[in-house]
Amino acid sequence: MVQVHSERSGTLKAVAPDVSNEVLAPSHMANVLPEYPLIKIRPGRKWVALNLRDLWAYRELLYFLTWRDIKVRYKQTVLGAAWAIIQPLFMMLIFTLFFGRLAGLDSRVGGIPYPIFAYAGLLPWTFFSNAITNSSNSLVGSSNLITKVYFPRMIIPAAAVGAGVVDFAIAFAVLIGLMIYYGMPIMGSIVMLPPLVLLTTLLAMGIGMWLSALNVKYRDIRYALPFMIQFWMFATPIIYPSSLVPAKWQWALALNPLTGIIEGYRAALFGLEFNWAALSISAAITLAILVYSAYSFRRMEKSFADLV
Amino acid sequence: MNPIIKVENLSKQYRIGARQARYATLRESIVGTVRAPFKRLSRNGKSSDNTIWALKDVSFDVMPGETVGIVGSNGAGKSTLLKIMSRITDPTTGGIDLYGRVGSLLEVGTGFHPELTGRENIYLSGAILGMRKSEIDRKFDEIVAFAEVEEFIDTPMKHYSSGMYIRLAFAVAAHLESEILVIDEVLSVGDVRFQKRCLGKMSDVARNGRTVLFVSHNMGAVRALCSKGIYIKQGQLVCRSDIETIISTYLSEDKSSSSIIEWNDRDAPRSPEFCFRRAYILNDAGKCVESLDIRKEFSIVVEYEVSRPIKGLRIGFAMQTLEGISICGSNDPEGWPQFDRGPGTFTSRCTFPGYTLNTGTYLVNFTADEPPYHVPLIRTPFCLHFNVEDTIGHGPMKERLPGVLRPNLTWAVANIDTNKPSGRNLSNNVAQKSS
Repeated sequence: MVQVHSERSGTLKAVAPDVSNEVLAPSHMANVLPEYPLIKIRPGRKWVALNLRDLWAYRELLYFLTWRDIKVRYKQTVLGAAWAIIQPLFMMLIFTLFFGRLAGLDSRVGGIPYPIFAYAGLLPWTFFSNAITNSSNSLVGSSNLITKVYFPRMIIPAAAVGAGVVDFAIAFAVLIGLMIYYGMPIMGSIVMLPPLVLLTTLLAMGIGMWLSALNVKYRDIRYALPFMIQFWMFATPIIYPSSLVPAKWQWALALNPLTGIIEGYRAALFGLEFNWAALSISAAITLAILVYSAYSFRRMEKSFADLV
Repeated sequence: MNPIIKVENLSKQYRIGARQARYATLRESIVGTVRAPFKRLSRNGKSSDNTIWALKDVSFDVMPGETVGIVGSNGAGKSTLLKIMSRITDPTTGGIDLYGRVGSLLEVGTGFHPELTGRENIYLSGAILGMRKSEIDRKFDEIVAFAEVEEFIDTPMKHYSSGMYIRLAFAVAAHLESEILVIDEVLSVGDVRFQKRCLGKMSDVARNGRTVLFVSHNMGAVRALCSKGIYIKQGQLVCRSDIETIISTYLSEDKSSSSIIEWNDRDAPRSPEFCFRRAYILNDAGKCVESLDIRKEFSIVVEYEVSRPIKGLRIGFAMQTLEGISICGSNDPEGWPQFDRGPGTFTSRCTFPGYTLNTGTYLVNFTADEPPYHVPLIRTPFCLHFNVEDTIGHGPMKERLPGVLRPNLTWAVANIDTNKPSGRNLSNNVAQKSS
């Protein structure tokens, strides 16, 4: 594995010629050679350091790749960024029709209009499911980069998740519009939204990173993921309130890290009481997933170029 | 002075199976895990069968400011070495210490996205290659000017011509500021004029005191750019020396096994009294080779058996290009003073002076005939082939000259203005230059 001993710019940067035609005698170069190797390339070990410093050194690349994904996503589509709204909006309409009206969930969501209730759940869910789908395919889709140039590979799935944040923001604007339409007040508890978005992003990053690495080796992931996502959606109180689940199964619901997060969104938006226990469980599980997938990503990372 | 690159006992092993099936499915993996112990039992520990060493125990140092050409045939491990040095793949054993930042250029246009404009792609590709935004900001105009795409800088790159694409891609990479620059065969693309500018830009890079590692099959480019060389053969370092020695070692040693034809009793072109035995190319040092240096003399040699004396026997050859254009032919009566030849085994050797053929691959056939020379006694197919490699290039830009011939010519340039002050001898204004 690779260890970078100083930040990329390093102490050398100042000495590198600013004007490309400036001639540096070899003796100058000798003077700037660091005492210790800047980069040591060694065979990979089973367990490796996370090397966050390397990741930090490449933060600009994360920005550029995210920006590219955003720029490119809706190119050559007629509706463009409207797709970010259409997806959760249509799901809301479908679920309002089938669950709200036909299955009669209308009356069991605590006085909130069902369309708003569903949309408030579908909004983070759409963000989350798109983020893990895009990031799990991101490494395989970037094989031309992986085999040709070095950078911390984690940036690729992370950028795929990051690009989803913009869609989320657009779809969020629609939610505010809906709430105004239904005459719902915007509560002060809305300040809890940014930490919730961060938590959703971190969870998506943890899962997306791990799946993307697995997908390099096992292309089964690509086919298994849609089922997994569908199942996960129904196992999370997105289109139904968690109170609907029988008491003896509540613990199972709480183990799903998305439960606390989705309920948290509703609490923040509609001024309901926060379920701090469920939120803490979500945060703890998210952190555990993030750490585990970061390490296992680092471990699998070294074989990417040979496999992809 | 300390080396800037230290390569120590570097080895890289590939599993051949893993190379063929590019990725596994979960099922295969599970089945494989279950089967593995049984396989191991039945194979009796011959586990090395399906692995190859792309690199084996390679060690060398590179001093700051050196430009090193890495030479070797396809599959010798050159690209693997560059990939390990660029941190794209890990070594199996051994390691590399780098005392500087590495910029690697293994592909033209790494990270370009066709939907983005030229401007956007400069930033994207620059960031991917390891440049900072501030660095790109500073060099942006220079990059655009080098690529000559000013008018199209805000056009999506999918509308670019392939030439513009390559120019912009190279322009970004050429402005990397790392202390070590690793370049794989990237000059083989683009038009000749742009290739020249790339070579010029890269010599600038070298002169800036930067350390450059360069892989190319274009010996002219390697020779123009590099002062030192490394020759890798089948994953092992054959030698490390100045570039002249490396190139001539590579040209003479590599592929030498296939540069010779030996006919056996069954397939030899023959008549009742005559039989061709062997044919080969010798370089100026008398070694049997396939690749020749454009500057050096070489010989075409054919060996044959005459079972009873043949009156007026002539041995000759004809040479053509891969496209079938006839180049020249000759035969040997002047090389043998007597009219009769044989019985016995003979060689006929025809020597070409240096600076005759241009870069390329040439095919040779052989004929034997006897008076009245209307119909050859025997004619072989175009069976022998050899390559001529341009190790010098032409002029300051080291370009390849056109055509089949590559004579070393002399030019004279004279100023013959009529309104020049009279009384001056015309020959005073003549300057001579030899190419």
